Parts: sequence; structure tokens; C-alpha cells
Amino acid sequence: MSPVPTAGQTVGPFFGYALPFPHDSELVVPGSAGAITLSGVVRDGRGEPVPDAILELWQPDADGNVVRREGSLRRANAPAVFTGFGRASTDADGHYCFTTVVPGASFFSVTVFARGLLNRLFTRAYLPEAADAFLEQLEPARRSTLVTARDETGLVFDIHLQGERETVFLTYPRLEP
Amino acid sequence: MTAAASPEPGPGLDSQDRITEEIESIARDYVAGTESQPRLDYPPYRSSLLRHPTKAPEPVDPEGVELVAPVFGELDLDASEADLTLQHDREPIGERMILTGRVVDGDGRPVRRQLVEIWQANAAGRYIHERDQHPAPLDPGFTGMGRCLTDEEGRYRFTTIRPGPYPWRNHRNAWRPAHIHFSLFGTEFTQRMVTQMYFPGDPLFPLDPIFRSVVDPAARARLIAAYDHDLTTPEWATGYRWDIVLTGPHRTLIEAGDR
Repeated sequence: MSPVPTAGQTVGPFFGYALPFPHDSELVVPGSAGAITLSGVVRDGRGEPVPDAILELWQPDADGNVVRREGSLRRANAPAVFTGFGRASTDADGHYCFTTVVPGASFFSVTVFARGLLNRLFTRAYLPEAADAFLEQLEPARRSTLVTARDETGLVFDIHLQGERETVFLTYPRLEP
Repeated sequence: MTAAASPEPGPGLDSQDRITEEIESIARDYVAGTESQPRLDYPPYRSSLLRHPTKAPEPVDPEGVELVAPVFGELDLDASEADLTLQHDREPIGERMILTGRVVDGDGRPVRRQLVEIWQANAAGRYIHERDQHPAPLDPGFTGMGRCLTDEEGRYRFTTIRPGPYPWRNHRNAWRPAHIHFSLFGTEFTQRMVTQMYFPGDPLFPLDPIFRSVVDPAARARLIAAYDHDLTTPEWATGYRWDIVLTGPHRTLIEAGDR
């Protein structure tokens, strides 16, 4: 018999001295060749910014390779080493910002943690021109919540935890209710 | 505590009785054995009201990066980060404890060489975070954050001190049971999880809406560490054991001898 997965719990309000690390949101050095921002605002069901969320980004490199490289937590020592993983906390305005490269794939994988959110959420931030079978089967208004928009420095991906523009969150096979 | 010390208003908060009534009402309607995870929509935890998705998550088959996890290793952390009692030039106050256990996936396989992060309040129930301003002392010998890598059997091991319970403002006279936050990665990103570990026999369990958001009693029991006297070290530290099971994985593991 398979063991039963352990229950998740909220990240709470006090992760700020534990989960962030130096240069956590800079998967590449800002200003380096090919560097873009992936940024946005996390909002609650009333449209108010969520100032105590932390997002994780996990992505392939610009050529579409999923790198298997350690060193994310000590990025300051080797800033040019791309690991594909980063964290960004929201500020007082609910805003987050990663510096990274456009992945050689159709989407970034994103997880969301926040005070008041009892378990992590999974989603995908698709490139503006991306298309795949999963996106196609969503109704247009829902689909649009997963697709990034362009701005002057890169891509924008706002996250709505609840409400009319609620982001599509994902469940995978074997993820327990 | 005086009202002046509270960043959020004291008056207007619901009573513990009201919260407990809501918790018990949800528990009465629960069909045993149908859930293993917390409810995202759990009104007794007031901060969840506007922060839970109302639409069901969309089922999707994981692909690409989702089928792989970030890699962490010796470049990412020092072995000393697993001992939370040695991070300052003085020792922390409190009950020194050893905390160990295994991280396995949904098939029971060990999650090897993977990152485990923990954070916690000090023995007085105070977090070093600026947002925690309740009148309990900070401990100059304690930060309350640790990291380690699991070994070849999926085992993690920390030395720390036992955290105290702490007050919060979900409702009037709300107290969290003592707990340690855990952040875990598997072999696939779909296994990513953050949770909290609790201590056996805590009298605050029935009253706490975060613990009770896991509506299934057996699933709640799995969040509680076991005291282990064989792990307890004479004249030094008490021992607690807590195993963690991640979901999945999805990839068929074909590596020979992978168990």
C-alpha cells in the first residue's frame, strides 16, 4: 500500500527571514545578455495586493534545456551560473519581480505561497504566443489568466488568488484532495 | 497585552468559542477518509477568506520542467546550517532537541540529496520576524532558521530548541500550538510542499484553525512528531522523529535498485 501524503500547511506570515536568500529572484544577472523581467502583482478576492506572498519560479534555459545544476542558494558566489530556480517575495504593493531569460519552452512553472493560503498553489506562466492542448481546452477568459503580457522590460504575470479574474491553478494526477 | 501593542484591532475579533463552534461544525459534516490535505476554503482561519481560489484546480499532465526538481547540493549550504543552536556566539535558551525523520515519495521511495528548510519561533514563542511584536523576549542566541540535505535514505536531521506557542490575531485569545515550519522538494516540481510539524499532546490542537484546516483526523495526526527516547541523548537533548510523505511522482523510475 502506498503511504498517504503528508498534509500541507500555510507558509504563515514569518517566512521572510527563512525562505528568501541573496539574489533569490535573479536567475540571471540583471542587465546581462538576454535578461528579462517576469513580474506582476498578487491580489486577493477583493483585488487588494497580497504583501506577504512568496513565489517560486522553475524553468528551462533559453535553449529549452532543464538544467540540473546546484548553487541556487549561493548565487552571489557564481552569478553567471543559471540554475533555473528562483524565489521572489511580494512587496507592500503585492508586486514581485524575477530577472531571468525567456525559456526555450512554452511556459514557466510557478508555485504560490502566502499567509492565509492553506496549501501551495501550482500554475504556469505561458509565453505570449504559446499554444498547447491544455490552453486550447480552457475557455478564453480562463485561458488568459495563464498567459503573460509584454512590457518594456519583459513579461507580466499577475496572479489573482480569487475573484472574477481568478488565476487558473493546476492539479496533477496523484495530487491528493 | 495592551491594545496599543496590537497592529490589528482587538475589539471586533470573534471569540474562541465562536471559532471553535465553526471548527466543530465543519468537522461534524466531514466524511471520514475523503481528504488528506487542508481545505483552502476554511472560514475559521479568517485570513483564508479572500485568499482561496473558488474554482476547482484544472487537471493537467505534468510536462517539461514540472517532471524535474531543482537540484541543491553542497554548493548551496553548509553542514553547520542543520544545527540551529550554533548560529550565534551564545547558546539559545530552551529545551535542546534533535529532530530527524525521512522524506519519501508517494511510492515510499527515499527522496535523496534534496533540500529541507525549517523555520520556527524561539522557546518563548517569539519569531525574529519584524512582524512579530508580541511581548515575549527575542533570544540573542537564536535565529530559528535551518537547512540540510537529505541523505541516501532520505533522512534529514536538525538540532534545535523546542519552540513555544505564540499568540496571533485570528480571533480573541488565539494561540498557535508550538510548531516548526518545513519546506520540502521532491524529485519533481509537482511534489513541492510547505507544511508545519507539531508536538505530541498539545492542548491547543482543538482550538487552532490552521491545524484544524486539515479536517481529516488521521491526516492531522500525521503532522505530529513522535517523541523517541532512543534518539534522546543523555545529558544533552531530547529526540523527536517525524517522517514526511510527498505526492507522486509521475515519472516511472526505471533505475535499477531504486529502493
